[in-house]
Amino acid sequence: MAFLTNLINGLSLGSVYAIIALGYTMVYGIAKMLNFAHGDVIMVGAYIAYITMSSLGLPSFVAIIFAMIVCTVLGIVIERLAYKPLRQATSLAVLITAIGVSYFLQNAALLIFGSAPVSFRSVVKIPALKLFGGELIVTGESMVTVIACIIIMIALTIFTKKSKMGKAMRAVSEDKGAAELMGINVNVTISATFAIGSALAAIAGVLLCSAYPVLMPTTGSMPGIKAFTAAVFGGIGSIPGAMVGGLLLGVIETFSKFYISTELSDAIVFAVLIIVLLVKPTGILGKKISEKV
Amino acid sequence: MTKMVPVPSRGIIPERDVDKRPILETHHLGIDFGGLTAVDDISLTIGRTEISGLIGPNGAGKTTVFNMLTNVYQPTRGTILLDGKPTAGKTTAQVNRMGIARTFQNIRLFSNMSVLDNVKVGLHNEIKENLFASVTHAFGYVKAERKARERALELLDFFSMADMADAEAGSLPYGAQRRLEIVRALATNPGIILLDEPAAGMNPSETAELMENIRRIRDTFGIAVLLIEHDMSLVMNLCEGICVLDHGKVIAKGSPDEIKQNPAVIEAYLGKKKEAE
Repeated sequence: MAFLTNLINGLSLGSVYAIIALGYTMVYGIAKMLNFAHGDVIMVGAYIAYITMSSLGLPSFVAIIFAMIVCTVLGIVIERLAYKPLRQATSLAVLITAIGVSYFLQNAALLIFGSAPVSFRSVVKIPALKLFGGELIVTGESMVTVIACIIIMIALTIFTKKSKMGKAMRAVSEDKGAAELMGINVNVTISATFAIGSALAAIAGVLLCSAYPVLMPTTGSMPGIKAFTAAVFGGIGSIPGAMVGGLLLGVIETFSKFYISTELSDAIVFAVLIIVLLVKPTGILGKKISEKV
Repeated sequence: MTKMVPVPSRGIIPERDVDKRPILETHHLGIDFGGLTAVDDISLTIGRTEISGLIGPNGAGKTTVFNMLTNVYQPTRGTILLDGKPTAGKTTAQVNRMGIARTFQNIRLFSNMSVLDNVKVGLHNEIKENLFASVTHAFGYVKAERKARERALELLDFFSMADMADAEAGSLPYGAQRRLEIVRALATNPGIILLDEPAAGMNPSETAELMENIRRIRDTFGIAVLLIEHDMSLVMNLCEGICVLDHGKVIAKGSPDEIKQNPAVIEAYLGKKKEAE
């Protein structure tokens, strides 16, 4: 039974990683940059939801929507102000800027919300599911998180495959120059990517803090790094890869916490990443990149 | 300020386009790269349904001209008028929407996308849709999507490629990829299409088919074609007006017969036999 409990917890944690990883992977695929501030957008989303519920006393679904709106705007603004001027710059300059934005968000949160952790009230009202005579308990948060992840995954796949904006995103991701010559506005496409990624980050933030109810300005950084790991693990740039990577990472982390050591769990997670990248440098579902000669 | 409207000169513009406003005009177009003048003083006038060629030895600056026409490079000097409207200050995407589309010397398809989706990306401007509608799959959006699909298949069918619609673009044979690039460019509904070495790597029968296709494009869509090509028999048989570039400058302009007789052209081509490639 312990195995099943851990598997479910792992899938739930992994679903949060997967939702965050989608943001990393989409932005990487389209703008060819690593947005290290993505993890901190999660934290902002969680704070916005917290304030909406605790200070304004509004219901949780309003909090989620509000958090999504604020994060969407935040994502677009970050891209416009910090990354867009560097569109022609080296990738290293963009990377450093992203780390700068990450610290900026963390410290701005520290100023506004203070360093003391706040306890986040879960947005999930569904009671836990007791199976096998109470031996296996599936929390409402776990169920909602996994279901949310699946819905987002399907919606995003349909969006990129079928919609005009989705096609534009794939076109820009493959060849920005050629896409522009086909009349695609690359700036709008990149903005839309950031908007979607950040809206997903808000959902991830709310779900993460519902399951692990401690919220502080650095809450987003570790899940952010792990989700980035998950994205690389699954094959960065690939949407199903983010899902597979996130779920695997969550399960590996939970199992190593239970069966091996709580302290070592993070080390094990990253060790697995290194091994996967040694064997398959493009990640599990990553496309083989053949250099043009 | 009054704008001078240049009178198209006879001999280069085909008879049927003479009294119409040219689709593309450039006046003294030039570009410098870090103090080096790559291309200078290019003045072209292309009629609305003209097939014209831009030829010249390797490194003459032909692709650079294409890049300026599509605003991939911002010209240092001179003006470009597309259908009478200046393109200065516009983005590449905006210039495309104004009516200029192109293919590439090295194929640049979206190779992981299906053939149909490649064409649909080209149709991008034609489909009116916003982010919200695409998420909610509103009725109008579904209808627009269906229309885009129909149009894309129609265009593919024009080049006998409708049966390949669901294949991945990167998996197509070389000749089909070249054709698909033209279809994708045509999907953006241009007034003029720029073809960068469309016959490169083709055998004589494929080249003959390409020539037939280029004529069909002009006749069916009623648009102008400007092509860069090294295959002289294609250029001489197909083009109504030819512009010869050497070292970034126009050395001759005229009909195929005039170009064949032009001593400057003969010198540029035959006097420099030792070029690379």
